[in-house]
Amino acid sequence: MTDATSDPDKIEGPTPDNALRAADAAENLGGPVLAADGTPLKKSLARALRMQKLRALALIAPLLIFVLVTFIAPIADMLFRSVENQIVSETLPRTVAALEDWDAESGELPGDAVFEAAYTDIFIAAENKRHTRLGTRLNYELTGVSSLFRKSGRGLDDIGEVYLDQFEDLDENWDEALPWAELMGTEASVAAFREWEAAEDAAREAGRDFDEPIPSFELRADISETLPRTAEMYQRFATFMEVEEEDSAFEEEPWSIVYTRLYEDLRDGDMSSYDGPRAEMLQAADALVDNPDFETVTLQDGFEEIDEDWLDPEVWRTIQTYSPNYTSGYFLNAVDMQKTPDGPALRDEDERIYGLLFKRTMFMSLMITFSCILLAYPVAYLLSNLPMRSANLLMILVLLPFWTSLLVRTSAWKVMLQQQGVINDVLVWLGLVGDAERLVMINNQFGTIVAMTHILLPFMILPMYSVMSTIPPYYVRAAKSLGATNWTAFWRVYFPQSVPGIGAGSILVFILAIGYYITPEIVGGTTGTFISNRIAYHISSSLNWGLAAALGTILLAVVLILYWAYDRIVGIDNVKLGG
Amino acid sequence: MPILTEIKKQPMSFTLPVVGAFGAFAGIFVGTANGSTFLGILIGFALLAALAYVALEVLGTEREKQAKWGIIGLLVVLGVLLGGLPGLVLGGLFGWFFGWLVYWVGMGRYRAPLPPYLTGGQVLWHYSFRVLCGAIFVFLITPILVVMPLSFNAEDFFTFTPEMLRFDPEGYSLKHYRDFFTSSEWQQALRNSVIIAPVATLLSVSFGTLAAIGLSSEHVPFRRAIMAILISPMIVPLIISAAGMYFFYSRIGLQGTFAGVILAHAALGIPFVIITVTATLVGFDRSLTRASANLGADPVRTFFKIQMPLILPGVISGGLFAFITSFDEVVIVLFVGSANQQTLPWQMFTGLREQISPTILAVATILVAISIALLTTVELLRRRSEKMRGLSPG
Repeated sequence: MTDATSDPDKIEGPTPDNALRAADAAENLGGPVLAADGTPLKKSLARALRMQKLRALALIAPLLIFVLVTFIAPIADMLFRSVENQIVSETLPRTVAALEDWDAESGELPGDAVFEAAYTDIFIAAENKRHTRLGTRLNYELTGVSSLFRKSGRGLDDIGEVYLDQFEDLDENWDEALPWAELMGTEASVAAFREWEAAEDAAREAGRDFDEPIPSFELRADISETLPRTAEMYQRFATFMEVEEEDSAFEEEPWSIVYTRLYEDLRDGDMSSYDGPRAEMLQAADALVDNPDFETVTLQDGFEEIDEDWLDPEVWRTIQTYSPNYTSGYFLNAVDMQKTPDGPALRDEDERIYGLLFKRTMFMSLMITFSCILLAYPVAYLLSNLPMRSANLLMILVLLPFWTSLLVRTSAWKVMLQQQGVINDVLVWLGLVGDAERLVMINNQFGTIVAMTHILLPFMILPMYSVMSTIPPYYVRAAKSLGATNWTAFWRVYFPQSVPGIGAGSILVFILAIGYYITPEIVGGTTGTFISNRIAYHISSSLNWGLAAALGTILLAVVLILYWAYDRIVGIDNVKLGG
Repeated sequence: MPILTEIKKQPMSFTLPVVGAFGAFAGIFVGTANGSTFLGILIGFALLAALAYVALEVLGTEREKQAKWGIIGLLVVLGVLLGGLPGLVLGGLFGWFFGWLVYWVGMGRYRAPLPPYLTGGQVLWHYSFRVLCGAIFVFLITPILVVMPLSFNAEDFFTFTPEMLRFDPEGYSLKHYRDFFTSSEWQQALRNSVIIAPVATLLSVSFGTLAAIGLSSEHVPFRRAIMAILISPMIVPLIISAAGMYFFYSRIGLQGTFAGVILAHAALGIPFVIITVTATLVGFDRSLTRASANLGADPVRTFFKIQMPLILPGVISGGLFAFITSFDEVVIVLFVGSANQQTLPWQMFTGLREQISPTILAVATILVAISIALLTTVELLRRRSEKMRGLSPG
């Protein structure tokens, strides 16, 4: 868009710019020139200029906003996802905080505080059904974590149940919802619940529908002083029941972790001075806990019981390494590296796949570009040297594939290249290939290269043609009349003039090839796929969106660099469509 | 350029080997198909050389027509003897080609369109180059042509059956087309495509045309940056756009909705509209709008009465590009859409991946017909636009 017609400084005729210049010139000669309404001409022209700019922007604005929202925002979101890593610190906030002081280099297990925090975090995550997601996330970094978290979601109840069983043996009430609510809740809220219960019973007897909501649970202030840890966890349980499950703490016995907390509170505190509701029940439990026969488990043993892997410092190191909100982990993964205590390092030889994939994508895109150059050059040469009428006719043969649906062409190649396909049938019929040894031309690199060369060939022919048709024929004639051989005339005179066309076509084809998805997916099999197929796999099958985003970001960067080169060589504005 | 090249009958010592060589080349294939390559080459060479001798020396140019028909007849009989009905067709084609070749080579007619000073080697190169280009054109067009007859296959095969090669009517049927028009899945896909593509096109054309007009006025701040943003959907690889849109649209609840797919497709179509319309506006004479304003028309009236009719060809061809982009698009639909938004390309893609039925080929044929129609329209519009703007005399 920087051509002469749109550059304000180069337009001749009545434009605001030129008028301003004229006004400047007039001013230098003598006094300010006035417009018809008496304002200085300069001022009113400046206003006109501003109006024009605003009008142009107002016309562009709707589209600009549209593209920003529907297209640029998604790309930005993808870039953000490639470094985003809130899931660890959101799911395991306490563990992450507790792990801060732990030295991963020591080779020792983290202290009890970390196990304590992990117990709480994973228990809550499991109730919210978020632990498997976190497990999946960490599994990208350390294989086996996924099953570890899945097991722990179920297994952590075992720790609390050790205490639950003993309290229950002491007093049945410990396994009931209402006694717990009476112990922990305000008298008002317990009374409200009893009223509601009575009303519900009455309604049921009368056969009426009853849909009053259960009154919500309120924690009593003094109990959070007497049993601080239990109260905190019980409050969390009650809120969860009301908000997530649409149930009530009045009707459900608490989570098993509440019993662990109760044990800890009773172990550390003395209940003899407590005189609130359910005092005897609590004091009896206190006495039980103080009894040396009371069975306890340390959290570390509890975790070991679930899975021995919890005693592997590597697991904790992984959690610690990936606890920051933003991570370079996905990008390291995308280039076959991983985080280690000594900084990023290459993965083991047999785990490297992305380097191979990137190399293969590059190699195949180059092969496709190269075969496109080979095939397009003669055709473009012929088209630009034929008389207009026949060139236009032949151009249709180039434009028809260009306009035909990509899927049609891909399916056509699938039909042609199959082992029972048209090409093999013809070869067998001609006797060039035996019926038993039909060529394997599909589901490998060959298939992808052939099909994509065909699909991208018009993108090479069209720019080459538009460059070649501007090359004047008399240079070659002059060269020949000066004694050059055909080859010299072509190589030293014609070819250098056609190089811009080759450059433009090559970059265009390469950019298009490097991000292709559909054709490699259908004719590429396992050895003929591109990095884009891997991105699609991570989005829809393995659900490792962060890695998909990181791979996408790298691919995008490569394309943008190429595009920048294209702009330097050809110019964005010279993009032409359909010849 | 006056053609001064002398056309004269070539000596037999030139004609016979050349025509014979073509015969030998054809003989390779006929021979291999029938058991003996070597015999094929020998017979092909001898047969064609003999035919050329008879045609040129005995019959001559006066009875050229009879000679050509004779060659066709002979090769048809030979074809039937060797290969039945397909042999007949191939024999006919070969006969027509060789009849022409014999006189073309023998009477030196190949020299006619060339300058007289070319050496023999240059003439040979000229025609080899043509043949090479012909082969590339065959490569370009064959896959599209092969799909069409296969879509009339009576069997569920992706290749030609023996019945089809015998031109047995039993081998052909419209069953895949019937499949397409009766299967509820395909019809649903067709309906979805017909809903999504026009709405997306309408969006990109209306926004795009306005913006292109804004961009073409003289005073636009940040023109390059704006242009880069507006063109970006065309540059970013589809898989990346699809990934980004999948992430972002599922955040804001557009994933798996028609609105999401339509917005995504409209974004993809915008660069095409911008490029074609700005290209049309380059040749637009601004004094026309000034004249219109001078005569008392308000900007809206000026736009619809003066500017729009002149840039309409550009707008329509931009719209067609946007339409075909959306109509053909599959990557974005695969990610942004859900089962309810299955379009024709989606259906074809899953069909190809799982290889269910050749109905795909019937759909492909229909799509090729549509693209031929669109190509014709765009080409006509382009010519009309150039004529209107006085860029070409045509």
